Amino acid sequence: MIGERWINLAVPLALLAVPLYALMADEPFTITLATRATILALAAVGLNIALGIGGLVSLGHAVFFGLGGYAMGILAFHAQNYSPLEIGPLTFAGTKSMPVIWLVAVIVSAMAALLIGALSLRTSGVYFIMITLAFGQMFYYFAISWSAYGGEDGLSIYVRNGFPGLNTLVPIQFFAVCFVVLCLALALNAMLRASPFGLALNAARQVPQRVETVGLNPMRLKLMAFVISGAITGLAGALFADLNRFVSPSMFSWQLSGELIILIVIGGVGRLMGPVVGACLFVALEHWLGGLTDFWHVWLGVVLLGIVLFARGGVVGLLTGKAGPHV
Amino acid sequence: MKKTLLATAALILAAGAAMAEVKVGMITTLSGGGAGLGIDVRDGFMLAVKQSGRDDIDVVIEDDQQKPDIAVQLADKMIQSEKVDVLTGIIWSNLAMAVVPAAVAQGKFYLSPNAGPSALAGAGCHPNYFNVAWQNDNLHEAAGAYANTAGHKNTFILAPNYPAGQDALTGFKRFFKGDLAGEIYTQLGQTDYAAEIAQIRASGADSVFFFLPGGMGISFLKQYADSGVGLPVVGPAFSFDQGILQAVGDAALGVVNTSQWSKDIDNPTNKAFVETFQAEYGRLPSLYASQGFDTANLLISALDKAAPSDADAFRAALEAADFSSTRGAFRFGPNHHPIQTIYAREVIKEGDVFTNKIIGVALEDHADAYAAECKM
Amino acid sequence: MSLVLIAEQVLNGLQFGVMLFLMAAGLTLIFGVMGLINLAHGSLYMVGAFAAAAVAGATGSFLLALVAALAAAALAGAIVEMVVIRRLYAAPHLDQVLATFALILIFSEGTRWVFGSFPLYLDIPDWLSGPVTLPGGIAYPLYRLALIGVGLAVAAGLWWLTARTRLGIQIRAGENDREMVAALGVDISRLYTLVFALGAGLAGLAGALVGAIQSVQVGMGEPVLILAFVVIVIGGIGSIKGAFIGALLVGLTDTLGGIFLPELFKLFMEPGAATQTGSALASMAIYILMSLVLVWRPSGLFGARA
Repeated sequence: MIGERWINLAVPLALLAVPLYALMADEPFTITLATRATILALAAVGLNIALGIGGLVSLGHAVFFGLGGYAMGILAFHAQNYSPLEIGPLTFAGTKSMPVIWLVAVIVSAMAALLIGALSLRTSGVYFIMITLAFGQMFYYFAISWSAYGGEDGLSIYVRNGFPGLNTLVPIQFFAVCFVVLCLALALNAMLRASPFGLALNAARQVPQRVETVGLNPMRLKLMAFVISGAITGLAGALFADLNRFVSPSMFSWQLSGELIILIVIGGVGRLMGPVVGACLFVALEHWLGGLTDFWHVWLGVVLLGIVLFARGGVVGLLTGKAGPHV
Repeated sequence: MKKTLLATAALILAAGAAMAEVKVGMITTLSGGGAGLGIDVRDGFMLAVKQSGRDDIDVVIEDDQQKPDIAVQLADKMIQSEKVDVLTGIIWSNLAMAVVPAAVAQGKFYLSPNAGPSALAGAGCHPNYFNVAWQNDNLHEAAGAYANTAGHKNTFILAPNYPAGQDALTGFKRFFKGDLAGEIYTQLGQTDYAAEIAQIRASGADSVFFFLPGGMGISFLKQYADSGVGLPVVGPAFSFDQGILQAVGDAALGVVNTSQWSKDIDNPTNKAFVETFQAEYGRLPSLYASQGFDTANLLISALDKAAPSDADAFRAALEAADFSSTRGAFRFGPNHHPIQTIYAREVIKEGDVFTNKIIGVALEDHADAYAAECKM
Repeated sequence: MSLVLIAEQVLNGLQFGVMLFLMAAGLTLIFGVMGLINLAHGSLYMVGAFAAAAVAGATGSFLLALVAALAAAALAGAIVEMVVIRRLYAAPHLDQVLATFALILIFSEGTRWVFGSFPLYLDIPDWLSGPVTLPGGIAYPLYRLALIGVGLAVAAGLWWLTARTRLGIQIRAGENDREMVAALGVDISRLYTLVFALGAGLAGLAGALVGAIQSVQVGMGEPVLILAFVVIVIGGIGSIKGAFIGALLVGLTDTLGGIFLPELFKLFMEPGAATQTGSALASMAIYILMSLVLVWRPSGLFGARA
């Protein structure tokens, strides 16, 4: 059995080693796969704040992922067409600068999370799962019929957005950007856990009544966690859109919300590195099984089932030999 | 960085010349509910490759699961690590929009065996993008033209509320001269059409035009037949294709649909295609299979003249479209989309099998409406 | 828009609702008794439709096809319960979501493996086809009236089962206190297998009945699954009555929204844009309804307080 601290160190190093090896072996596609895993991990790290610490099983996090994606898509679309973006009386210019896009993605998804969270947190348990799903479906159908930005066809951005000082078109440089963002999000997550806010949130998940009696408002704690969580997932959405140079309503789909949850459960709920391990395994499985047979979904299902039934606490739980927190 | 890129390119060129092998990347839908279309395109394509007897064409086939982000990822893989020369295979317009612009911008050739979104036919056209099937509006335009000749004066039109659905109704209206009794957008993926059928019944229409691809069309036709409304129905071939016709059954009998291909088009290539396809795979070929077959034959005809590494010569060879198509005459317009005859077909029953029979020409030598916007 | 047309559309909404109830009944039963989120419910619906299509194709009998659908789905349900689900009752909701999501993948692609990638043929029998004329001059398909009848019968049957039979008493007791019921000598794991098979069988029956007027294809269960979840959440999880009312509400909202919203927008927009905007809003309508209900009553209309 391995201590979780070692895992927390080893996993990011391993994730870093893969594209570096691929760079030397001249296999750029492996770098793309590692970037995909990194971005999905980032989205799941966001969800894990709500889910792992706050106990909020959201089946609607694709909303934030999609909003981040569309923030990138819409800004870059206006920049590449040199058309101004008009919102009511205000007019903005589009942009191809990643930092600006990230800021917009984070703000938009945080605001959406505030609104959705404030309404959804009135419910709990399965009802919470389903109301978040309902919000996801609303955004999905809205995006499909929003013809100004491509509807179901989505929006293609022909050139990846820029980051000052880097050439993001080079796979390894774009990977580096995503990897640094992931590390920052992980650090933020670790700090949150240890902070008074994180501890109170953890308590609010387990016994809300006690938190209330010491004068804290569990609802407000959960809402704050939900907003932070949504903002990080939104940022991941903007990066994902940049990876594919494309956004479409499928970023809002409930299957994507489900996949994010799956990543976390595979890796280990509430573990710092759970989402990262889960995302890497998922991308690797998808890639490897897809090459083996036409009916690879069957085997993916079998593997997932095996993990749920025989590896409680996910892969990280299996490695450390300890059960994770109960959600 | 530029230097390494050039060096890699030189390396590939050298390797390509040494082996004289062409690598084709096929990204298509092989799992999930839409798999039937991708499988047909793949089987048609591979049949043509096999019949050509060439062993220097290496086709890499991958499943996009009908998800745009997976398709983009596969395109990256094929370009970056498989180093393919030509891409093909995508079924759905939204996936094509995600993959094609980036692929052709990187100097690859893309031959579309199915999707033809208007953006890629008009302002977004590209010298390396060739559509072997149709521009999305074509079959709907033909349906509008057919409705005129059939004497429909007041028709009710419906399609799902997404870009291809909006294009479909626009395409129909572009050629239809009568009045519209009603125009509705249904929900994408909708399975129950009782409300729409009631509106059709109450609208006083003399005919119905619908574009509801895949399972949506099956559901609509079954429910429409059972409702007893009984007005004549016109649609594009997608809902009356060989693959799904058996699932619709009697409900489709007599329905007129428009298609650029039919298994009874009378030319030797088509006869041989239908026979060999049936012998090879044990089922009748579909529209999609014919498009896959034609795409491969176009590619092979161009390869006979030039290698993809010589982009200009290869492009010219593709533009010439010097192959015998299952559709008979075939040529490209200035925007690399087909100019072709579109037929009106009627659904009939041959023994136990439902299939289509040509009843006339809907549009002769038809080009698309966007060619003028294309500057290349 | 004439009054007769409006009446017909209301009837359509009710009929769609009853259809949804058929799917939701099994889901809410399983949820209520065992506290299990079964995402694979839609797969059992698909299994029913495919079994019906296969049997109808081989024998030509629609009734036999219905029996086969019920049996195949119940059997599949019982096997799944014994092999997988049984280990998940004590597990958190998360594990249940993941495991049953995995089951969707296995069922969907497994079905494609066996039956191929093309939709199957299943049609309504001759003795139920065609329209009949209702009072007021509405021509309405007989089969849809029969669907309403079956839905009402299933609702009544479930009410009778839970309220009047020994099994029902055990089920209701199991919902409240599983350990106590086990202590009283009820074989709780057999009871659960039975309930799961019953829920699965209902899903399979719904799949076959609906499959006759829709498309029998891989993936047909998933949109239905989401709708069924919306229904039981609006009604309150575990409540058969809630599922029934929820289903009718969703059916009416979806059907009437699709017709009246575009008309409403035409009052102040040009027709083309109004149709598009109205349709977009209509496709979101049931989700808006669901979130409104939950914001107003966080445990659904008839749910026990969470």
